[in-house]
Amino acid sequence: MNAKTLFDKIWDSHVVRSIKDGPDVLYIDRHYIHEVTSPQAFNGLKERGIPVLRPGKTIATADHNIPTKDQHLAIRDLLSRNQVERLNENCQKYGIELFGLNHPKNGIVHVIGPELGYTLPGMTIVCGDSHTSTHGAFGTIAFGIGTSEVEMVLATQCILQPKPKSMRITLEGELHKGVTSKDIVMYIISRISASGATGYFVEYAGSAISSLSMESRMTICNMSIEMGARGGLIAPDETTFEYLGKIPSIPGIENLKSSVNEWKKLQDDPDAIFDKDLKFDAGLIKPMITYGTNPGMGMAIDDSIPLSDDNGNKASASFLKSLDYMGFKPGMKLLGHPIDYVFIGSCTNGRIEDFRAFAKIIRGRKKADNITALIVPGSKKVEEQMAAEGLIELYKSAGFEVRQPGCSSCLAMNEDKIPQGKYAVSTSNRNFEGRQGPGARTLLASPLTAAAAAITGRITDPREFITEEQEVKK
Amino acid sequence: MPKVKFDTLESTCVPLPFENVDTDQIIPARFLSATSRQGFGDNLFRDWRYTKTGEKNSDFVLNNPDFTGKVLVAGKNFGSGSSREHAVWAIFDYGFRAVVSSFFADIFMNNALNNGLLPIVISDDLLKKLHALIQKNPDTKVKIDLEKQTFTIVSTGDSVNFGINPYKKECLLKGLDDIDFLLSMKSLITSYENNKSQ
Repeated sequence: MNAKTLFDKIWDSHVVRSIKDGPDVLYIDRHYIHEVTSPQAFNGLKERGIPVLRPGKTIATADHNIPTKDQHLAIRDLLSRNQVERLNENCQKYGIELFGLNHPKNGIVHVIGPELGYTLPGMTIVCGDSHTSTHGAFGTIAFGIGTSEVEMVLATQCILQPKPKSMRITLEGELHKGVTSKDIVMYIISRISASGATGYFVEYAGSAISSLSMESRMTICNMSIEMGARGGLIAPDETTFEYLGKIPSIPGIENLKSSVNEWKKLQDDPDAIFDKDLKFDAGLIKPMITYGTNPGMGMAIDDSIPLSDDNGNKASASFLKSLDYMGFKPGMKLLGHPIDYVFIGSCTNGRIEDFRAFAKIIRGRKKADNITALIVPGSKKVEEQMAAEGLIELYKSAGFEVRQPGCSSCLAMNEDKIPQGKYAVSTSNRNFEGRQGPGARTLLASPLTAAAAAITGRITDPREFITEEQEVKK
Repeated sequence: MPKVKFDTLESTCVPLPFENVDTDQIIPARFLSATSRQGFGDNLFRDWRYTKTGEKNSDFVLNNPDFTGKVLVAGKNFGSGSSREHAVWAIFDYGFRAVVSSFFADIFMNNALNNGLLPIVISDDLLKKLHALIQKNPDTKVKIDLEKQTFTIVSTGDSVNFGINPYKKECLLKGLDDIDFLLSMKSLITSYENNKSQ
């Protein structure tokens, strides 16, 4: 018998039917939906006059298109309000559980799914959002889909999908102080490029991965899509089971112990072969920052912008256009460069651990006068936890105001836009042109690097603020 | 999901020779609040197509009357980033029926096929050649035959085979739809569920 990867095991056990020379019919265990990519799918069901096949397997939230201030008031933008209302109506009509705006458990779909226990090892999970890869941190096959596919899953609980190739990325060694899981994934992307894993499903392995918390693992799997991967996963282990054990009640699980025993089997066979196998040394990773307009254009924070693109092409139109947009030149250093905004939040870095990391650096200090900060928890639960730990007070005393949960400035669908030409150090996942608002210039970084920039008003190496004994294990 | 047929197409091209064009460029997030599939073409490449003050940016190819046609000739890694199907709807709504590149992002590729927008992968070298030909002569035509899976530059006779999943090819040629196909398998899906729960 052929040795199987964990990815193979989960995929193969969810194939309802294989179509000859075609895609597989893959059964979906958990379907997350949100207001932006679902309305057209529900319209499709209405036009066909068919129901949602398994409404209990779909979970909904409003996150992309909601304000992060005064959420108790009606949404001012009429189109946004209409979109959120459509979600409410559709969920009610089709019997789908909704953690909508103002629900006590509302939040970003990829933050609330795991924290409420809807994401469990061995599952297949999809959502009309590319950062669905986040859930792979629990040992799931989780990937983003388009709206036609959302309609497919609503109608049949299945999706037609060609099986991607497999890639393993192994990371061994010790992380240095001030280096977080965000830096790990940004480092990998900078090495293999924004399309380096296109066509593949990635499994992350090695001692530097298994020593990470669940939150940190989610950050890594989240950004798998930024290297082009279909998704990314990490085999479940004691850290996973401990995280799940702390959730007060997991829907559909009566006996966690016996489930854990099943989940322990979710491992690669020892001699499983991957289509591609990459290895990196965690000890070489420094705090990272991006300088261009795709997540592959990243470097160590104390480095200089390269003189040419990945292919060594100095005059590449794409490379020069990108630097021109950012207002940077080849060979330039970024340390000390003034910035205007800091954004901490998003499905990448909007979890409690991220706000604790930010707090480590701002404690006892003050926000720089030139900085406008957007501090946005990933969920109501994260917000509550921040309050319980005194972080909201701590942030306030350092001059930071904490917003209400949502996707916010990560994609700037709501009012939380970075103005034209302004620089933002952002803990989100994409530095595309205009991603945070028309003309906005995004520098992706970790919560620690964002905190250092928020205090100094400039691009700053977070290691300046971290002493040896102050271990920042992220 | 829409049922769209595709068989053959002969057209001039619109060149967009940049790499890593992500779906945020194709349709910025602030235009995603609509709840129907129509009308996104007006905002296709919005922030490249219009200036900050809302005037047409004459440097951008969609505003250059020399370049028209139903085939968008893009650069490597087209359609990366966000899974928004609105990107495909915008390209289709504008009037394109095929996109040519040396490399597409996975989700964009699926979304395109699900909407009858044909993604055609050709080699880096041929893509470069095609861009050069179009720049030199905007009347350069390409011919696409889905049944034969051939992509031809009419003026030079360069002709290559392109790949497509046979199932998707059949769907496009006949205007079939995945959901009808999946619905026809309902008993199989139910028996899968029953087996799992045992």
